[in-house]
Amino acid sequence: MNANQLGFYTLLKKEVMRFWAVLGQTVMAPVVTALLYLLVFAQAMSGRAEVYEGVTYTQFLLPGLVMMTVLQNAFANSSSSLAQSKIMGSLVFLLMAPLGHWEFFFAHVVAGLIRAALVAAAMLVVAIPFVDLPIAQPLALIAMFLLAGGSLAVLGIIAGIVSSKFDHLAAFSNFIITPLSFLSGVFYSVHSLPAVWFKASHLNPFFYMIDGFRYGFFGRSDVSIWQSLAWTSGFFIAISSVALWMLMTGYKLRK
Amino acid sequence: MNTSPTAALSINGVRKAYGAVKALNGISFDIRQGEFFGLLGPNGAGKSTLISIIAGLIRADEGSIAVLGHDTVRDWRTARRQLGVVPQELVFDPFFNVVDMLRIQAGYYGAGREVWPWIDEMLERLDLSAKRTAMMRSLSGGMKRRVLIAQALVHKPPVVILDEPTAGVDVDLRRTLWAFMRDLHRQGTTVVLTTHYLEEAQEMCERIAIIDKGVVRVIETTEALLNRHPFRFLTLKLVDGAELPASLRELVTTEKAGAVELKLEREKHPIASVFAALRSAGIGIADVSTRDPDLEDIFIELTGKVPSPAVTASGAAQ
Repeated sequence: MNANQLGFYTLLKKEVMRFWAVLGQTVMAPVVTALLYLLVFAQAMSGRAEVYEGVTYTQFLLPGLVMMTVLQNAFANSSSSLAQSKIMGSLVFLLMAPLGHWEFFFAHVVAGLIRAALVAAAMLVVAIPFVDLPIAQPLALIAMFLLAGGSLAVLGIIAGIVSSKFDHLAAFSNFIITPLSFLSGVFYSVHSLPAVWFKASHLNPFFYMIDGFRYGFFGRSDVSIWQSLAWTSGFFIAISSVALWMLMTGYKLRK
Repeated sequence: MNTSPTAALSINGVRKAYGAVKALNGISFDIRQGEFFGLLGPNGAGKSTLISIIAGLIRADEGSIAVLGHDTVRDWRTARRQLGVVPQELVFDPFFNVVDMLRIQAGYYGAGREVWPWIDEMLERLDLSAKRTAMMRSLSGGMKRRVLIAQALVHKPPVVILDEPTAGVDVDLRRTLWAFMRDLHRQGTTVVLTTHYLEEAQEMCERIAIIDKGVVRVIETTEALLNRHPFRFLTLKLVDGAELPASLRELVTTEKAGAVELKLEREKHPIASVFAALRSAGIGIADVSTRDPDLEDIFIELTGKVPSPAVTASGAAQ
């Protein structure tokens, strides 16, 4: 069966236009929030010892904050778009159209990545004059951005499909995404944690996303980049399988 | 009418149940290419369920549907390209203006700039040109309904389904819509209409199916449907408000403003026999009129229910 390329491109464009129409809310607001974190934590922790040799706490913090913002925004983009169109009923336009599950899937994932990239770029542009940030491994940086941002965009698709009201979506965000991202080593190295929490962190896929992303900047990380890539790739494949199954079978979309 | 052997819509043994409730209980019929077809039935008859199954929004438990020969499950992509559906609910995407929404909708169907002139034409025909760049959320209910209609037609589908398109809309939109639909129909588009306004169906549709409790009660040409019941109605106003003789009272259907309406079977109750009964009872007639049954009478006869306009979002927004 032929793919509907123009249909895919149109859906992608529509998803980008959707967040672009409220850029202050979808890009500027998360950038400001993340920069406030940077400002407050960098000030409060300025006397703290270097996490890695030659890397100040502020330098250590910035990549983690960027990735945390990437994760939250990639998730927010696909989840809010889907949940909103589902709750308002406009999803029927997509469900009646000759769009397949792959087109639906990739359009939402790519749109989530575009928003995440804009947020990350805006953060770095504002922060770089104040924080000296090297880029030691650009390929690892890009790979981790794509895999981690893509994973959260996929998670957003699942949350959007499962949610039948905005409360469900908020619960998904408040009780899963935010705790996992805060407990992933954004603000600290997991080596500074007690043994139990150290072990628990290694079960959190967000930890590998942030650690691997940080490796891209410093060439150093808490665990091997290969371990981070493997965990993040595995997570991406696993949840993509779930999301594609939902889209293919019409789970909670087609009665 | 086109006599092509491939049906515009072919519905075969479609069943759908929600728990113990059988929404569709083995529906089968064909709609020929180029027909203006009415799908009627009381609330809860299964019309919207059937349309949703045709559109791919609901999955049938059993049976199959083909649009111009393309199965809606096995060959869904081609089937959907042939179909334009105006949903009953007033749904819209609040982030876009009217023309962007229509161009996006066209894109979903693989239609690009080549349909932009058609979009402009539709905006003109549906009196939407002045709202071209208005945001969807700022439009009135009637205007949103017009956009919904344009969205269904944007990819020029050969088969169009309108699910109660005039519920809660003003007379102006109704006239605009029907003129537009007649033109499309003249150009060969198959139009399937569900409506609670039976005079619309009677005026517009060549053939009608009445479904009730998930089964097809009747499917006939509008003319045959109107002629199939050999009765007519006689309205009488009696001198000095006199009472009807007992022999005629069982024929009364309605009684208001001092007038009574009798339902007369053509063979059994010729009008002359009514006049004779009144004369012999010494009752004078002040006024008299007759009418043939309309679609509403047939509908009530078949379903035992009075058609009632659905309360829709558009109605609330008017």
